[in-house]
Amino acid sequence: MEHETIHPAAEHQTHHVTQPKVYYIVYCWLILFMALTIGASYINMGGGLNNLVAMTIAVIKAVLVVMFFMQVKSGTRLTWVWAAIGFIWLIFLFATLGDYMTRNWVHVPGW
Amino acid sequence: MSVEVAEEHGHHHDPHLQHQFQDMGQQNESYVVGMWTFLVTEIMFFGALFLAYTIYRGENPDVFLEAHHHLNVLAGGTNTVVLLTSSLTMAMAVYHAQMKNRSKQMMFLGITILFSFCFLGIKTVEWKKKFEDHHVPGPSFQYEIEGTAANKGPVHLSPAVETKAPASTKAVFPKDTVDLEYSAKAQLFFSLYFAMTGLHAFHVIIGILVMGTLFFMLMFKHPSVDYYMPVEMAGLYWHFVDIVWIFLFPLFYLIPSS
Amino acid sequence: MSATALPPGGIPARAGEQEPSYLTWSYTVKDWLLTIDHKRIAVLYLISISVMFLLGGFAAMMIRIELTSPHGQLLTSEVYNKMFTMHGVLMVFFFLVPSIPATLGNFCIPLMIGAKDLAFPRLNLLSWYLYTIGGLMALSAMIMGGVDTGWTFYTPYSSVYSNGNVSLTLIGIFIAGFSSIATGINFIVTIHKMRAPGMTWFRLPLFIWAHYTTSVIIVLGTPVVAITLALVVVERLLHLGIFNPALGGDPILFQHMFWFYSHPAVYIMILPSMGIISEIIACFSRKRIFGYSFVAFSSIAIGVFGFLVWGHHMFVTGQSMYTGMVFSALSFIVAVPSAIKVFNWAATMYKGQVWLTAPMLYALGFIGLFTVGGLTGLYLASLAMDVHLNMTYFVVAHFHFVMVGGATLGYLGGLHFWWPKITGRMYPEGWAKLAAGISFIGFNLTFLPQFVVGYLGMPRRYHYYPAEYQIWHVLSSAGASVLAIGYGIPLIYFLWSLKYGEKAGPNPWGAIGLEWQTASPPPMENFHEIPVVTWEAYAYDDETEHGAQEDRKDMPGTEAAVRQEAARDTEEGHPQGHPAAE
Repeated sequence: MEHETIHPAAEHQTHHVTQPKVYYIVYCWLILFMALTIGASYINMGGGLNNLVAMTIAVIKAVLVVMFFMQVKSGTRLTWVWAAIGFIWLIFLFATLGDYMTRNWVHVPGW
Repeated sequence: MSVEVAEEHGHHHDPHLQHQFQDMGQQNESYVVGMWTFLVTEIMFFGALFLAYTIYRGENPDVFLEAHHHLNVLAGGTNTVVLLTSSLTMAMAVYHAQMKNRSKQMMFLGITILFSFCFLGIKTVEWKKKFEDHHVPGPSFQYEIEGTAANKGPVHLSPAVETKAPASTKAVFPKDTVDLEYSAKAQLFFSLYFAMTGLHAFHVIIGILVMGTLFFMLMFKHPSVDYYMPVEMAGLYWHFVDIVWIFLFPLFYLIPSS
Repeated sequence: MSATALPPGGIPARAGEQEPSYLTWSYTVKDWLLTIDHKRIAVLYLISISVMFLLGGFAAMMIRIELTSPHGQLLTSEVYNKMFTMHGVLMVFFFLVPSIPATLGNFCIPLMIGAKDLAFPRLNLLSWYLYTIGGLMALSAMIMGGVDTGWTFYTPYSSVYSNGNVSLTLIGIFIAGFSSIATGINFIVTIHKMRAPGMTWFRLPLFIWAHYTTSVIIVLGTPVVAITLALVVVERLLHLGIFNPALGGDPILFQHMFWFYSHPAVYIMILPSMGIISEIIACFSRKRIFGYSFVAFSSIAIGVFGFLVWGHHMFVTGQSMYTGMVFSALSFIVAVPSAIKVFNWAATMYKGQVWLTAPMLYALGFIGLFTVGGLTGLYLASLAMDVHLNMTYFVVAHFHFVMVGGATLGYLGGLHFWWPKITGRMYPEGWAKLAAGISFIGFNLTFLPQFVVGYLGMPRRYHYYPAEYQIWHVLSSAGASVLAIGYGIPLIYFLWSLKYGEKAGPNPWGAIGLEWQTASPPPMENFHEIPVVTWEAYAYDDETEHGAQEDRKDMPGTEAAVRQEAARDTEEGHPQGHPAAE
């Protein structure tokens, strides 16, 4: 997806300005992916695969919004780092799942 | 990590330059980084709820699957389209803010606000239906499954309730052997549903207030909105609210049967 | 009190009129309550936080009096529960978490990096108001009858069964959490974007590295506890039960979500204190911190690993054994960066010129007490030991060693160190040293017996206990009285010094740092011109790449510069004692 950047006339602003065309294209993709998600939910691929597909599509949509609507792709590296850290840190939080998945591995009396 | 110039530009003093900043470039970047840092806190805020959802759905997959049929996919899907479109119009509002086009900014902000109200309206209709079906958690909760001998009647939360001590207090993942009434676990689904969509709706309301304030400031030509940054920051917030819904929608409305 | 003998390089105050400082340019209430000056906000925080500390200390006093007798003589069980909850809530959420960042951090960070203010001054003021509102709500809950759940609010007791003012307290904590987040956001953006020219990351004082890491932890962790506590409120008020086992909910999930923040929270409490210790030790050893980059990266390591160990609070409450093993191993690893810091501080003092001022005494106390606290944490991190030691006074002693012997001692040391900068006055050094000694003795007498009695089996949060534990409790309570005196003395002389303390010059300690190059107290805009930094951090008189004297000769406020200034003044016929900062 290409976009042109223009430098606005106002001084001191070296901000990249994403063109409206980019926004409309991304929007079309988002709607398409949404339709795909709904469609995929009606096809039974086995629970695990269905979940994987749904979450993958959701992640792709989120990345599109972050990169283009939120202009992270054309922003500074610091912005990008912060955007990434937020989502990565969720992984630490989801390490809690480890507890739930291992509770029943070996039945130790009283534990 | 840019190195800023020590002298101040006496001749190019942008009226929007705050006293603590050296130049507009530094100021703009600071605002964007600051807003993103705030959004990181929001990610962790919602993230904890997604964690709770993941755990409970993993433990009670059948209950969640069955209970989610009471949600209206059409309403949810429409709301998704509404929010995605509002994200587009918000991005356009930010573009016109950068282009310093006041009337187009106002137009797109106005449309975004209208879409937001539309979202809330559909949500209200959905919730009202839940209320009528007695699916709101609490003393009035009643859950029936067609064709099975499920529990009828409310589950009380007062301390007097005798909790049937299950054979094992461990929650097992994924097969559930915890001996609890079906309706109690369905109530868990609806608690999560209301907590998460409720928190999301609260954020939508805040978004409306912020966008509304910007709209009126533009209307009355308040000097702060000559500058595009407030609209851009509102835009970042709004896109985040959209992202939360992007995840909420499939998780609640499109649970696959296994 | 006699005049303070300054360390070498210390610059006395100049006589005569000075320009208005941030304290004196206006005295109206409006200009204080609506200020956006980070220095004034720091002072506002100092007042609110001190009030909270005193109230939390009052609760501690009640606990310790009660525990002198095995069968409870002062408080009923219900009131005792409310008392230790009040102590925990006020001390953790309203004192330890905000204390250093909101007071010394707010005050010093812009000065240390050569900025005029924080990135978002109005957000800073908002954070103080949020803190105050949250604090008032929590205090109202205490006054209206209190909470008896313990500061950890475990479910389902807190969410279903407790009859105390849980919701009000939790809402107060929730709001204070947002105050903390606001401060964190402000510091992160300020440190990234507002450093003076030439102030690269590796020229920053370690105080800044510590606060940067603390702010990242705040931003990543606080929202999780915020939503967790909000869910408890929602469960109480709206019956949306997520943690209620009667609905298939899991109380352990509450603990996971609660400790996911509350463990990193202890690093929020200790890291700023460690940053202060680095500053004090460098200054009063007249040496660059040994292994500067190791200390800087160890802060980051603590921040990252600190998020991976929360399960060590839950070894015996029902989480899986395998998860316990992983958390135990990680808890051992997280001790390593802290140990690195301790070694580096000790190495800094070796062959330095050590000057035992009051801040230095607090810093030395920190090193000893924090080490003991940290090592006892390793005992608790061992799964088998923890089965015996968990929920006993051993745990209580461990965290008080790190939180009081560590964080609070660092806070006091920092207050003493920067007091001249904040107020323009010196505190009385003799009394300060005495108070440091008294609080050190009192602290050890209070908490060392608690290790013993905990190991012997005394559970925490109980006020009835077998008679054979009484001797340890009595020793501990006696120590607490001494500790109270040790805290009371600074309270008195700090207030005294505001009016009667000797006036301080811009750099009474002869320290290196941008904050020492402006007047004491600083003018409202901090610096008349933003400095350009060409020297390394802690460029004291020892070997550097460029040679210390070379680095320092153009740095105002130092001995070399003072001599230059004096020489120039004599030539030009200016009065002596002209502060170099102007």
